[in-house]
Amino acid sequence: MRRMSVAPAGTVDVVVIGAGHSGLAMSYCLSRRAIEHVVLERGEVANAWRTERWDSLRLLTPNWMNRLPGKVYRGDDPDGYAGVDEVVGFIAAYAAANGMPVRTHTRVLRVSSCGNGYRVVTDRGAWRCRAVVIASGACNVASVPSLSAQLPATVQQVTARDYRRPGDLPEGGVLVVGASATGVQLADEIRLSGRPVTLAVGEHVRMPRLYRGRDIQWWMLASGLLDEGPAEVDDAERVRRLPSPQLIGTAERATLDLNTLRARGVELVGRLAGVRDGQAQFSGSLRNVCALADLKMQRLLASFDRWADANGIAAESPAPVVPTAVAASPLLLLDFRRRAVRTVVWATGYRPDYSWLDLPVLDRKGRLQHTGGVLDMPGLYALGLPFLRRRKSTFLHGAEDDARDLACHLACYLDHTARRVSGMAN
Amino acid sequence: MESKQVAVDNGVNIEALLGAREALSETPQAARFKWRATSEWLNGTHSRSVIDSFFGLGEEQRHRKEFRFDADHPEVFASEDNGPTPVEYVLVGLAGCLTAGIAAVAQNRNIQLRAVRATLEAGMDIQGILGIDGDVRNGFDGIRVHYEIDADASREDIAALVAQSQKRSAVFDIITNPTDVTVTVG
Repeated sequence: MRRMSVAPAGTVDVVVIGAGHSGLAMSYCLSRRAIEHVVLERGEVANAWRTERWDSLRLLTPNWMNRLPGKVYRGDDPDGYAGVDEVVGFIAAYAAANGMPVRTHTRVLRVSSCGNGYRVVTDRGAWRCRAVVIASGACNVASVPSLSAQLPATVQQVTARDYRRPGDLPEGGVLVVGASATGVQLADEIRLSGRPVTLAVGEHVRMPRLYRGRDIQWWMLASGLLDEGPAEVDDAERVRRLPSPQLIGTAERATLDLNTLRARGVELVGRLAGVRDGQAQFSGSLRNVCALADLKMQRLLASFDRWADANGIAAESPAPVVPTAVAASPLLLLDFRRRAVRTVVWATGYRPDYSWLDLPVLDRKGRLQHTGGVLDMPGLYALGLPFLRRRKSTFLHGAEDDARDLACHLACYLDHTARRVSGMAN
Repeated sequence: MESKQVAVDNGVNIEALLGAREALSETPQAARFKWRATSEWLNGTHSRSVIDSFFGLGEEQRHRKEFRFDADHPEVFASEDNGPTPVEYVLVGLAGCLTAGIAAVAQNRNIQLRAVRATLEAGMDIQGILGIDGDVRNGFDGIRVHYEIDADASREDIAALVAQSQKRSAVFDIITNPTDVTVTVG
C-alpha cells in the first residue's frame, strides 16, 4: 500500500485505539505503570453507546457488577440495570476523573508496521509508536445475511445498530430475525407498540433473570464461570460465536424468554433460511433449537446448584424449568404482502471492522488472530473481544482483568525492546 | 467424580473423526465433498438408483461396493411396489443420519449405547401431488421421529444426544431448510 502523506501527530510508546470501556481500562493500567500513551477515538468517549444503541437498552449486568480499574459502582440502585445515558456517564466520568489522554474526533485510517513499531494514520495526523492496543470494539458492523438482498423492495430493513424505537418503524407487521438479547428485547417492545411481530429463532441462549432469588449474573460471577478462560473449554471458537443470553434489564427484574414473548403474542418461527417469491422461508428446526437451549440452561442451573451445595451458599429453593413451548405447526413460509409485514429488523449480530488494519493478523474469515489478546506481531494487542481471555471479556466489568494482564505483557515488551534496541524509543 | 474404567465403544472411531475435524479446519478446500447417484427408469413408476462414487478430500472416492436402490410406488397407487416410495427413502436418509449422529456424539461424550431404535412417520396429503388442491403442498406436512434409546446415561444426557445429533445432521438440515435445486435435460 502507498504510504499516506499525513502530517506527523507525534511519537508515543503506545497508541490505544478506541475510548470505550476497554480502551479506557487499558489507559488506566498504562498510566499506573507510567507508560506514555494516547487513546484515539473516532467520536466522543463511549461513542458506540452514544450513537449506536436503541433507546430502551439497559446493561445485561446489574449495577453492582459494573466496575473498571480504579472505579466501582457507588450509586443507590445496586440491583438496577444502567440505561444508555448512565453507561455513557459512567464511562465519560471515568475518562475525565483520571485525566486520560484521549484524542476525540480522531479517526484511525490505517495501522501499519514501521521499523520496530507501528505507524497509526488518523484524520488528524500520523502517530509513530512501539505498541498498539486495538480496543475498537467487537460490534462495529451489523452482520446481515446475504439473503437480505432478496427481500421485497416494499419491506423496510433496519439493523439493531440503527434501530432506535418502535415508533420509527412503519405501521404493520415486523419480522425480527435473531433471538439473542437484542432480538428478544426488540421483539418485545415492538410487540408492545401494537405491531404484529414474528421472531425468527435460531440457536440461542436461554437464561432466567433471577435464579433462586439472585440475579443470574451473580451466579455466573460468584461460581467462577465468568472467569473461565479459552484454555478451560473444549471449543473456544464455539463459545466466541455464542449469541448473547436472552436477558433484559428491567426494574421488575423480569425474565424475557421465548415463552414470555409467545404469551405476549409474538409468533415464534425457525431460523430465517431463505427468501423466495416474496416469501420468507423458516427452518423446521425451531423445536430442536428450543430443546437445545432448554437442555443447556438446565445444565447451567444444575451446575450452580452443585456449586451452591459444595460451598454452603444459602439460596431459595430452585423453581422447576418450564420447557419452551413451540406451536404444533410453526409457520414455515411468510408472505410479506399477504401478512402485511412491512419491516425486517436484523438482530443477527455484529462484527468488528478492521478495514484500517494493514497488518497480516487476520485469519481467512477476517477474524483477528490472537492468543488471549496478544497478537502474533510484537507489541500488538487486542481488548474487548468475545472470550478474549475470559467469558466476561466483553462485559463492562470484564475489561479490568484483561486490561491488567495485557498491560503487564505490554510493559514487559516495552522494557525488553528498550534494553535491546536502545535509542529507538521517542 | 468416579472414574469410569470401562472403555465406551459404540463402534465409532472418534479419534479419526476428531483428527479429520482438526485437519480439515487447516485445509478447508479438502472438506468440499460431492455426493452422487445415477438413476435409470425401468418401467412404470419403477426406477433403480445406483450409488458408487463420490468426491472428497480432494480426490475421487469409491464406496467399498456398489449399492442399488429400487424405488416404486405401492399397489394402492396402481403401481407394482418393486421398492419403497421415494418419500420413504427420505425417511431412511433422515433416520440414517440422525442415528449415526447419535452414535458419534455418544462416543464423544463417553456414553455407551446398548440400543437405539427410531420410529419415523411423515404426514402427507396427496391432494398436492395429484393436483387436486393447489393450497396443499406436495411434500410432507411434517415428520415425527421418535427414539427409544437404552444407554448408560441420564434422561437429560440422552435428550441432549438426540438434540445435538439434529444440530449436526446433514439430512435434518436438508429437510428443514430450503436447498436450491437445478434440473437440466441433455
